[in-house]
Amino acid sequence: MHRWHRPLAVLLLTSTAALTPAQAAEYSRFVADRSHIQFAYRQMGVPSEGRFRKFSVQFVFDPGKPAASRTLIEVDPASAETGVKDVDEELKKDAWFDVRRYPLARFESSQFRALGGGRFEIAGRLTIKGRTRDLTVPMQPRMDGGAIVLEGSFPLKRLEFGVGTGSWSDTATVADDVQVRFRITLNPTS
Amino acid sequence: MKTPYTSTAIALHWLMAVLLFMTFPLGIYMHDLPLSPEKLKLYSYHKWIGVTIFLLACLRMLWRLRHPTPPLPRSMPDWQQKLAKGIHHLFYLLLFLIPLSGWLMSSALGVQTVWFGLIPLPDLVGEDAALGEWLKAAHKALNILLLIGVIVHVAAAVKHHVVDRDDVLARMLPFLK
Ligand code: HEM
Repeated sequence: MHRWHRPLAVLLLTSTAALTPAQAAEYSRFVADRSHIQFAYRQMGVPSEGRFRKFSVQFVFDPGKPAASRTLIEVDPASAETGVKDVDEELKKDAWFDVRRYPLARFESSQFRALGGGRFEIAGRLTIKGRTRDLTVPMQPRMDGGAIVLEGSFPLKRLEFGVGTGSWSDTATVADDVQVRFRITLNPTS
Repeated sequence: MKTPYTSTAIALHWLMAVLLFMTFPLGIYMHDLPLSPEKLKLYSYHKWIGVTIFLLACLRMLWRLRHPTPPLPRSMPDWQQKLAKGIHHLFYLLLFLIPLSGWLMSSALGVQTVWFGLIPLPDLVGEDAALGEWLKAAHKALNILLLIGVIVHVAAAVKHHVVDRDDVLARMLPFLK
């Protein structure tokens, strides 16, 4: 997994820091330590959260040219972290992410669309545990220093991806609905 | 015959006794289970019943402050009177502290308590694994104390009824009369 991450180039960005998204050109250098992918769910009515510690991001985003934007995000499901050790171990097993057979979940964009008001929509395909679904993800970019921060969230149904099978498919215990929240920070293409 | 305990006090006593006989064995049974939907359910039931006990204990303390208990039989030796009252006071303390330690433990371990899956209780402490483990040990120790107290309490009640043949059990269990 490669991360487009060249810290040295950050120093060169001071001159572009004041640019607005509309003016700026292309952003593509992923800043891992200012990015995250989190998920929220409910078990027995208790709101719970987790995150993926490992994921790789290839992203080209140009606010002025959405059609030229694209992304491929790959997530290591074995890196899911909920704060409860037993749960983290359980998530690796066959009934959940089955990480031995499906070591990567991925999202690949097919189209970026500007929605107006500074908002965008990414259509693409999400693959978890070998099952692929079409997905449309709303996204709101904002500037942070010279970098652009892409933030959004979308709901998904874990059972559509076969995540939590067998006795775990009981949605009265663990809800079917999972909300995914992401923040992807990109520096301009140098 | 006079009615020494109010019916409210009697109802609260037996309601809490039943709930304790549910949640105590549940606590012991559930914590060694491997993670499963069953375990998540049992943990939640344990917490819901525990929180219910907590609220009933608060109610009961308020009631008790306004409605003193009837005196114990004069025939009881002084040490028995002291022991009986001491255990009753210990129960009030434990029925407050045990659920409280469970609630705080859950918060410290990063799992909010949501009463009956509907009413979220505030997390009074933040996530803190070390504090969580400490509270878990406290929860367990307080429960051992409760178990010892309950054994003495039940044994004494039976002894009053069977050996002393006084009305100590009957006044809390009116259908014995
Ligand atoms: C009067 C009420 C309660 C009683 C009698 C009670 C009793 C017990 C007992 C006997 C255990 C087993 C201890 C052990 O062997 O380690 C236990 C464990 C536990 N209790 Fe309670 N409990 C009460 C209330 C609560 C409440 C209100 C909560 C949380 C909101 C709670 C959370 C827990 C948890 C999480 C465990 C398992 C700890 C572990 O994972 O080892 N309890 N309880």
